[in-house]
Amino acid sequence: MTARTARGLAATTMAAALIASAAACSRPAGGSAAAGSPDSVVVGIANEPETLSPLLGYGKDGNSKIFDGLLTHDSAMRLRPALAVALPEVTADRLTYTYSLRKGVRFSDGAPFTARDVVFTYRTILDPKTNNPARSELDAVRSVRAEGDDRVVFTLKYPYAPFAERTVLPIAPEHIAGRQDVNSGEFTTRPIGTGPYVLTTWSKGEKLAFKANPGYWGGAPTVKKFTMAVIKDDDVRATRLRSGELDGAILPPGLAKGFAHDKGRTTLAATSFDHRSVTLPTHHPVTGDPAVRRALDLAVDRKAMVDKLLDGAGKPAYGPVPTDSPWFAEGTERAHDPGRARRLLDAAGWLPGPDGIRTRNGVRAAFPLWYTSGDKLRQDHALAYASDAKKAGIEITTQAGTWEVIEPRMKTDAVLAGGGSPADPDFDQYQLLMSTLGGDGFNNMARYDNPAVDRALEQGRRSGDPAARKAAYDTVQRELVKDPGYTFLTHIDHLYVLGDRWADLTTQVEPHDHGLGSGPWWNVEKWQPRR
Amino acid sequence: MAAPAVSRRPLPWGPMARMAGRRALFAVPVLLAVTFGVFAAAALSPFDPVRAYAGTAGLTASQENLDQIRANLGADRPVTALWWDWLTSAATGDFGASAVMRRPVADVIAERLGWSVLLAGTAFVIAVLLGTVLGVLAARRPGGLVDRTATAAAYTLEAAPAFWLGLLAVWFFAVHLGVLPAGGLTDPGADAVTAGQVARHLVLPAGVLALTQLPWFHLYARQGVADALAEDPVRGARARGLRERTVLCGHALRSGMLPMLTLIGSRIPEVITGALLVETVFSWPGIAAATVEAATSVDFPLLAALTTLATAAVLAGNLLADLLYGLADPRAGFDG
Repeated sequence: MTARTARGLAATTMAAALIASAAACSRPAGGSAAAGSPDSVVVGIANEPETLSPLLGYGKDGNSKIFDGLLTHDSAMRLRPALAVALPEVTADRLTYTYSLRKGVRFSDGAPFTARDVVFTYRTILDPKTNNPARSELDAVRSVRAEGDDRVVFTLKYPYAPFAERTVLPIAPEHIAGRQDVNSGEFTTRPIGTGPYVLTTWSKGEKLAFKANPGYWGGAPTVKKFTMAVIKDDDVRATRLRSGELDGAILPPGLAKGFAHDKGRTTLAATSFDHRSVTLPTHHPVTGDPAVRRALDLAVDRKAMVDKLLDGAGKPAYGPVPTDSPWFAEGTERAHDPGRARRLLDAAGWLPGPDGIRTRNGVRAAFPLWYTSGDKLRQDHALAYASDAKKAGIEITTQAGTWEVIEPRMKTDAVLAGGGSPADPDFDQYQLLMSTLGGDGFNNMARYDNPAVDRALEQGRRSGDPAARKAAYDTVQRELVKDPGYTFLTHIDHLYVLGDRWADLTTQVEPHDHGLGSGPWWNVEKWQPRR
Repeated sequence: MAAPAVSRRPLPWGPMARMAGRRALFAVPVLLAVTFGVFAAAALSPFDPVRAYAGTAGLTASQENLDQIRANLGADRPVTALWWDWLTSAATGDFGASAVMRRPVADVIAERLGWSVLLAGTAFVIAVLLGTVLGVLAARRPGGLVDRTATAAAYTLEAAPAFWLGLLAVWFFAVHLGVLPAGGLTDPGADAVTAGQVARHLVLPAGVLALTQLPWFHLYARQGVADALAEDPVRGARARGLRERTVLCGHALRSGMLPMLTLIGSRIPEVITGALLVETVFSWPGIAAATVEAATSVDFPLLAALTTLATAAVLAGNLLADLLYGLADPRAGFDG
């Protein structure tokens, strides 16, 4: 009788298990539907945006899917007209930019797009009450006004050479966003734009789903359904890609390698301006010394970092500009030369002590280096950097911490930092190197202070002559050789693994902050199935 | 089963209502203290609401820009003022807007609470039922095979952290076997939230959460029933020649279940904490996942509302347990 109870229980459990597994098997590898038809795409991304409102900073660098800017970038990062019909007309003093707008464009709710929407978008972003952390990118703007329904005129406070690059930022509809609280209104999570896709759902922390906008002015996209699954963990993302649940995903080099020999999947490497560098704070007695800075710059083995830490997916970095960019100053590459590094330190009076660590006037050549905890790539860079420095007689203690821990220490402690913006050298270099921005938020963390660099940065942003601008940024890069206030280590390629079902996939040159506008799906609206 | 004759006395509604009333009055100062504690702890934490709000853009923003956002968010005011403002508007039913979700707090909770209740409820029911069954089976033959296996497993599981079990389950069922999805509420490509999808995605998180709670119910049921089996009424029943099943279910289980009732109440906070970890591991879009985000972003309105909700759940759980105990064992009464 009791044995029967136990048997009965076992049978019930068994049955329940069978039912559960049968239910599981009836829908094998949930993405099988996605894996078939080329008009539906599911990709895995690591980070999701904080907001979907352009007024709060969403999509400011373009490719926002839901919206269009006045201008946009093509695959070679050249400016192309979007909601404007042509590149802007600029007056001789380079203070006035006039955009003629495309006619007949409608928002996805059917309302027409006009100059009033452009003016509303820019004025709202410039309003201090709007919580847009990227507002300072529009610092040069004095005013923006509409001329009729299809012309917009920007007036600048000072000639700002890369201004047109800023006008890729997405345009919001005044008739919707203008009637709500800009910071917390419904528009921030349920956006409506003129773009190629319409948001269908945003389940924060899980996924963003889009469907094609059939009335898109640039032609209805072939990919009708586009879903971005938000999967923070690299291993889980790779697993879900392998199971067929995802069509594509961004992966770190180590995991992307596992897909290299996969038939039916391609790996795309996007080159980037995304650098990893070490801040050498001016206000620290060791890192503030130019001799130490130059010695570290020579002691570090960048090639080994690219090969070992990045599996070859990247390039040695000698400055904020990657070596393959037209803005790169030829001849500023530095060889790995530990011997010369040691001689430099000897000559500057940093002499090795009994433990191999150098000292000068009782100051030990030692400093802490922070990296953000949980960031494996930064940790690897920090450890490799410390090990290279040790060979030159400089002791670096690596420490992990969150930004909350690191921020108050940035003035004197070194940080393994990252950054980079491809659209214009002014965008990242001004914030990174300008002495007046030293310690302003996270700008110029090292408090780098070099008058020659300051002058060149001002020339670079104000000059309208491309040759003069090139000369200015060459100067910056050459000054960084003489006084490297940051040790630039690597420029990182971003790797994307993708099902082989679409023709002619491309990537843009990507920034450090590569959100959902980056990757091969930067132009998913133009994808065509492979024949 | 052959239910023994129970004298159907009317439920003591009066004392029960009075007890519930007393507890509700007591809940007010508790909630006030807890919400203030949360505000104070969040303000003292190193997390910066402006940094969380700005996200990656904050790393390139100017200090002036960040200071302006801090002022706009009201995050520069003293914590007492923040708490008082929250309290007075919450009293009128306005729970404010969540900075991190960029939506009204009420919307965030309405959208997520159901999924959390589904997850925690499923797990709780599985844990109680399975734990009791295993406990009774183990108690029937102390030292027998079932007892040794189940009890040893229970002690091991009791020590295993929920997130570790979660990762283990993901590795085994999603990666190794590939039979169950690793996370989310539905497949990423799915258009609508269908019952089938949700059920399939619920198996792993609910199973793991149940597994973390199951040992407690198993051990309590085992102890309670084993004790009861040694008591005079059971010996008497056996002496009268009643069937073993009647003795076990009718006599031993009924008196052995009493400690279980208190356990149900006291396990509710544990289920909430467990859900916190499980939802994070399985990207389950519930309230607990939002709590983690609210805490690390110092999102005062969302954090305060969620804490209030959790506190209320715990207090209600305790009240429920005490009411059930009072009903099951009239000696305990409704005086607490």
